[in-house]
Amino acid sequence: MSDPILRLEGVYTNIAQYHILQGVDLEVPRAAVTMLLGRNGVGKTTTLRSIIGHWRAHQGRIVLDGQDITRIPTPAIARAGVGFVPEDMGIFANLTVEENMVLAAVSGPINSARLDWVFQAFPPLKTFWKSEAGNLSGGQKQMLSIARAMVEERRLYLIDEPTKGLAPAIVSTMARALRELKAQGASILLVEQNFSVARALGDTACVMDDGRIVWSGEMRELATDASLQERLMGLSMEAH
Amino acid sequence: MSMAPEHAPTMARLSLAQRLAPWMPVLLVPLLVVAGLLAIPNTSSWLTLTVSGLAMGMMIFLMASGLTLVFGLMDVINFGHGAFVSVGAFVGVSVLLLLGGMTGAPSLALNLAAMGLAVIGAMLATGAMGWAFEKVIVEPVYGHHLKQILVTMGGLIVVEQLIIVLWGPEEIYISRPEALKGAITFAGAALEKYRLVAVGLGLVVFAAMRWTLRRTKIGLIVRAGVENGEMVQALGYRLRLVFVGVFIAGSALAGLGGVMWGLYQEVVSAHMGNQAMILIFIVVIIGGLGSVEGCFIGALLVGLMQNYVAFLEPKVALISNIGLMVAILMWRPMGMIPVVKAK
Repeated sequence: MSDPILRLEGVYTNIAQYHILQGVDLEVPRAAVTMLLGRNGVGKTTTLRSIIGHWRAHQGRIVLDGQDITRIPTPAIARAGVGFVPEDMGIFANLTVEENMVLAAVSGPINSARLDWVFQAFPPLKTFWKSEAGNLSGGQKQMLSIARAMVEERRLYLIDEPTKGLAPAIVSTMARALRELKAQGASILLVEQNFSVARALGDTACVMDDGRIVWSGEMRELATDASLQERLMGLSMEAH
Repeated sequence: MSMAPEHAPTMARLSLAQRLAPWMPVLLVPLLVVAGLLAIPNTSSWLTLTVSGLAMGMMIFLMASGLTLVFGLMDVINFGHGAFVSVGAFVGVSVLLLLGGMTGAPSLALNLAAMGLAVIGAMLATGAMGWAFEKVIVEPVYGHHLKQILVTMGGLIVVEQLIIVLWGPEEIYISRPEALKGAITFAGAALEKYRLVAVGLGLVVFAAMRWTLRRTKIGLIVRAGVENGEMVQALGYRLRLVFVGVFIAGSALAGLGGVMWGLYQEVVSAHMGNQAMILIFIVVIIGGLGSVEGCFIGALLVGLMQNYVAFLEPKVALISNIGLMVAILMWRPMGMIPVVKAK
């Protein structure tokens, strides 16, 4: 792989006495969607949180576009161009949709063309622009969470389970928006439990187990090899 | 870009009760004022007590508003907040004593100028002290509530002793500027001029805080930080700087409150901030942690309740505010306008 946008080299992360990441080696190619897959509790969320700096890697290196970001503070990592959509969405419930979006536009006022693009992807956000985010439905909150990352161009998007617990129609909306983001040349590291979505969006995939990457390769290779899925993730294609 | 699939959400129209629910805390203040009018037979006494209660509430708000933001944004239980009240009062009174010529002149402009200088001096001193307090005492104990209580109480004791070292152990009596002495008569009620100034100042500070929090980006960051500091950082904002800024602003506001409180009581002592902390905590808790609006309403309720009950049944006045807190927490356990989830 030539010149990835993000590289993790032997990353170990501990949370209190728990050793969650145990030597993660991972490369995220440019202008592609990399799926981070694996069973619950194997360290996918911890990997994203270590990259954004919420939890510090105790050992190893995290390199963004040639710059070592292992020890730099979270705001500096975000300003270096990393957009983060956490698993719990991180919505500011007492702020309006507009205020959430204004806050996400770190470099200045929101670009109106960019905002129109976001509205096209997520029409309910325009409808509820002046409403408190806490009054939105679960799906709308997830739309807002992703829209905040999309409102400015980022070098890398870290997105944690965007379709978790959502109705099929909303899952389709999310998938379309992410596909659109991908079409614009974005580099995305996406944690996703919905294998259908992963298969539709992913270019490459990394599978985690027990705090390590145990397999990485082309997504289509994983998608077409049922025995590999069964072995790596306990997935059964009949379930999808 | 293709449109999203069928998804046409609507918001159901809320019932009258649902629409009124968020405004209930705001309605409590006029309700209490009306209750006072019904309970106090003499209208002029009621008017005097109401203005007095509002003035007291405004001064408590000045002292408490910084603490609620520090609570909400930084999750810091700062028992040392009263130190800023005391220091502000002493610095302010010292400035006023230095400007005796201005405060003694029967000119409202000169008097207000002297008060303005006293307030600026107090806010600068307590703001700087807040910066040092945060750096030396609070920063090492972020995330440890028990340690925060212990070290900030320790900080309060140290500051009180430093006040005694610098200004002496005796209370300092101070008379109000000449033009702010006495009262004006309105509808048969005597309204103290100083209390009217305190009400005006409280309203201005509340409006300025609300404008800053609602209309500026830094206000947005603070409000978002109260809810979810981690996410604010993930968006690229250095919350640590915002923390320090809020701590400094909160300390300076406490200093402003200290000057006003000192002039209200016409005496300052090293322990006055500590004594005010009970009222300040009641206001912060019933208002809802992190809520400036809740703090404002809570302070007005406390001020009015204290004055009405002290007039009607002086012995009950001592427990009236505790009773108010219990009643409000039974109604809304997270306070009137909760912003921060219990941590």
